[in-house]
Amino acid sequence: MSLLAIVVLAAGTYAFRIAGPLLRDRIRLPERLERLLSIAAVVLLVALVVTSALTEGGGFAGWARPAGVLVAAVLALRRAPFPVIVVAAAATTALLRLAGLP
Amino acid sequence: MDMYSFWRTLDRATLRDIGLVCVADALVGAAFGAIAVSGGLPLWVPMAMSLLVFAGGAQFAAVAVTLAGGGAVAAVTAALVLNARLLPFGFAVADVLGRGRAARLAGAHVITDESVAFVLRQPDQRRRRAAFWVSGVGLFAVWNLAVALGALAGQGIGDTDALGLDAAFPAVLLALVVPALKDRRTRTAALSGAAVAVAATPFLPAGLPVLLALAGLPFAARRRPATGADGSTHSDGPDAAASRTGREGEDG
Repeated sequence: MSLLAIVVLAAGTYAFRIAGPLLRDRIRLPERLERLLSIAAVVLLVALVVTSALTEGGGFAGWARPAGVLVAAVLALRRAPFPVIVVAAAATTALLRLAGLP
Repeated sequence: MDMYSFWRTLDRATLRDIGLVCVADALVGAAFGAIAVSGGLPLWVPMAMSLLVFAGGAQFAAVAVTLAGGGAVAAVTAALVLNARLLPFGFAVADVLGRGRAARLAGAHVITDESVAFVLRQPDQRRRRAAFWVSGVGLFAVWNLAVALGALAGQGIGDTDALGLDAAFPAVLLALVVPALKDRRTRTAALSGAAVAVAATPFLPAGLPVLLALAGLPFAARRRPATGADGSTHSDGPDAAASRTGREGEDG
């Protein structure tokens, strides 16, 4: 991650943020575009969850990590508080590794 | 109005909620800093990202792609697609930033899932403004401090895998995204996209499989009658966006 990459990412992100406050009086965002953008974010997030839970360097990541993420999924569905979800996932994975599961 | 009068404008329950989200974000930020540095990135990378980008999900995404061996273009693209949702958020909260140029320029930088969610929950304009600035500035301070501390700690942690921190990252993103998956078409698009991404992972350079998941988008765009094929009523309202902003409390 070079400084240039970070600056490009920061500039692009700021452009998304400032567009509304600057242009609000002149244009309205089409509803379909709004919906598409929010779904695109969800699609990308789920893909990141699944690939980072299951794979490591193009291969299978082992069982401990997906098991921890599965615990997080159950807790998230039961609307557990956010810190609980994160700590439970890490603890599950750490304990399984301690027990010898890869 | 200054920060102190903003603070006094909000009721105790709102201030407590903002505090709780700050605690959650601190945990996530510390994990982010530790994962980035223990994964081999220099100390300044997570810190500069947090100051300049200030978007937790995108920061995690960019670092994940980088640590998996992906190139800068893939990392930045994935993060920018994630941050594109900030565009409608900016339109949604534009009227609470204030009229002045400085307020708009500075306020825009602290538009996040959380600050937007807090704005939408307030009943009137005065409290909407106060909620935006208190949560926005508070989260910015807490997030950057936590990332810095996590990054410093990450230098000392030899093996983050032993602590299970590699599971914390997908867990963070999952907790953010679960409420949005209630919408059936969003869920179909997301799951087909994820299947494509996993299938492509062994064959493509890191970073690309995740972008390939966007191929799942047409599943969401297809027009359907209000009553689904399974006979269940299906509202086409902004449920995905609404539930996201309602619960996406932790994406710094």
